[in-house]
Amino acid sequence: MKHATQTPPPRAGESRRVRVPAPRSQGAGSAHRAPARRSGRWAAWAFLAPMVVYLLAFYVYPLYRNVDLSLRDYTVRSFVQGDAPFTGLANYAKVVRDATFGPALWHTVVFTVVSLAFQFTIGLALAVFFTRSFRLSATLRALFLVPWLLPLIVSSSTWSWMLNSESGVVNAVLAAVGIDPVNWLTSPDWSLWSVTIANIWIGIPFNLVVLYSGLQAIPSHIHEAAELDGATGWQRFWRVTFPLLRPVSAITLLLGLVYTLKVFDIIWIMTKGGPSDASTTLATWSYRLGFGNLLPSFGPGAAVGNLLIVIALVFGLVYIRAQRRQGAA
Amino acid sequence: MRTTGRGWWRTGLGVVFTALMLFPVYWMINVSFTRDQDMRKTPPYWFPVDGTLEGYRAVLEQQLPYLGVSLVVGLGTVALTLVIAVPAAYSLAKLRPRGGGVLGFLLLIAQMIPGVIMAMGFYAIFLATGVLNTVPGLIVADSTLAVPFAVLILAAFMSGIPEELLQAARVDGAGVLRTFWSVVLPVSRNSVITVSLFAFLWAWSDFVFASTLDQGGGHQPITLGIYHYIGNNNQQWNAIMATAVVASIPATVLLVIAQRYVAAGVTAGAVKD
Repeated sequence: MKHATQTPPPRAGESRRVRVPAPRSQGAGSAHRAPARRSGRWAAWAFLAPMVVYLLAFYVYPLYRNVDLSLRDYTVRSFVQGDAPFTGLANYAKVVRDATFGPALWHTVVFTVVSLAFQFTIGLALAVFFTRSFRLSATLRALFLVPWLLPLIVSSSTWSWMLNSESGVVNAVLAAVGIDPVNWLTSPDWSLWSVTIANIWIGIPFNLVVLYSGLQAIPSHIHEAAELDGATGWQRFWRVTFPLLRPVSAITLLLGLVYTLKVFDIIWIMTKGGPSDASTTLATWSYRLGFGNLLPSFGPGAAVGNLLIVIALVFGLVYIRAQRRQGAA
Repeated sequence: MRTTGRGWWRTGLGVVFTALMLFPVYWMINVSFTRDQDMRKTPPYWFPVDGTLEGYRAVLEQQLPYLGVSLVVGLGTVALTLVIAVPAAYSLAKLRPRGGGVLGFLLLIAQMIPGVIMAMGFYAIFLATGVLNTVPGLIVADSTLAVPFAVLILAAFMSGIPEELLQAARVDGAGVLRTFWSVVLPVSRNSVITVSLFAFLWAWSDFVFASTLDQGGGHQPITLGIYHYIGNNNQQWNAIMATAVVASIPATVLLVIAQRYVAAGVTAGAVKD
């Protein structure tokens, strides 16, 4: 978006381009006789065609199949024979009435809100810290990216072992300060917090990098002016930096929201959503229904998944709106 | 801008923060060298005293095929992503067909669909077409993680290429294809690298598609290798963590070699488009 506003208006460029005679080496036989404008348009679609086909085949069609799954009574056998009866919204009704639905929705909300709050606050504090220049600043900032780049199975299994009740390093540290061991992953009171802690850790780098670049974009003379007016460091942050950072903050939070709603690997690897649904979210529930049992229930699984898509899309559209507004400003 | 005596104090604080943040990574490495009999010791050894390479020996013996599959899947995903995304981005950014705006919007939406849900649709299709549990099937599924992102990032970058450059090429008689190949592609090198990095890392790290679409196959990626390890064998944590360390190597190497591309990719993805 930023780039687009800096380049000359597209129309001007296009009309200039159009006057250039159509090149003969084009390949498409009819191209060199057709008017130049037409050939340009053909070329544009020729370059786009693979992606359009790709989107239809690998996004639209799987999503269509997913909706179809959610409206039928599928079993493994009917998958092969292709004779699953159409049941309308029965799967959705079944899912919403399920005892897991309420807790899963609530866990999704808690997991998302708590993750976002801590990722953002810690990320912003670190971003402010790193805007001051000091030795090794760039190197340390690059090292902060490591947790974000690691495969999720790696970070999740590391956290699993760190939070292990008997032999985990976290309980060893707690014991050293006189706190009784906590059953991080095996107690229903703690499992949701454990996966949230791991998710916060994974999300901090993203927040740090994006907010840091947002801070870099604020002209330094604004700070200098505030400093001359006698604003303290804290006042400068709350009254100047934070308001100016608002568009970037909004986008960071919304992107974080859309990402966090999707989180599946971390929870599945650390707790499988357990014990007894204590850390089940909509994403892990959907997976468990579809793939986590010997007898898969694809229909309800797809129904949960589609509900999750709707939630993600609602926030996603908010995100796009916010971004459009920012792009226009 | 001024590096005074206070700068050192900040560096010290920065090192402490970084150490805290990277502690889990250190712990993974530490555990990977710990002997089985020391694994359940409380308090644990903070350093790999009496370290062992048992874990790494187990990786070499058991996990190499998984690593090979991940490499193939990662490279295949990069290739497929670039083949689809680079021409499309060029078209959206410079040839501007009618309806391009709608496509850009759809790409934004596509990024918001949870992988778990895509997996279910793919499962149904792959089962019917017989590509379930195959490497090409996994490459196709993994590429959906990167293609929308790649098109948007590349288009944002390419729309910044000066129109004069392309015009000059046309005046010299280059066709659309030639201009694309000899002018746009070389100029876009950095953004192509950024996109390739992310496509590779995402495919390498993918667990959702691997565990749904390649669970029963003879060629499974390293994420499943680790997952099976945890499931079958939760005593030998040194071997599990050694596998995790080895699986992290691509991320680390890429970070060291290409950190500016990585940071550029994160911010471009979030702030620009």
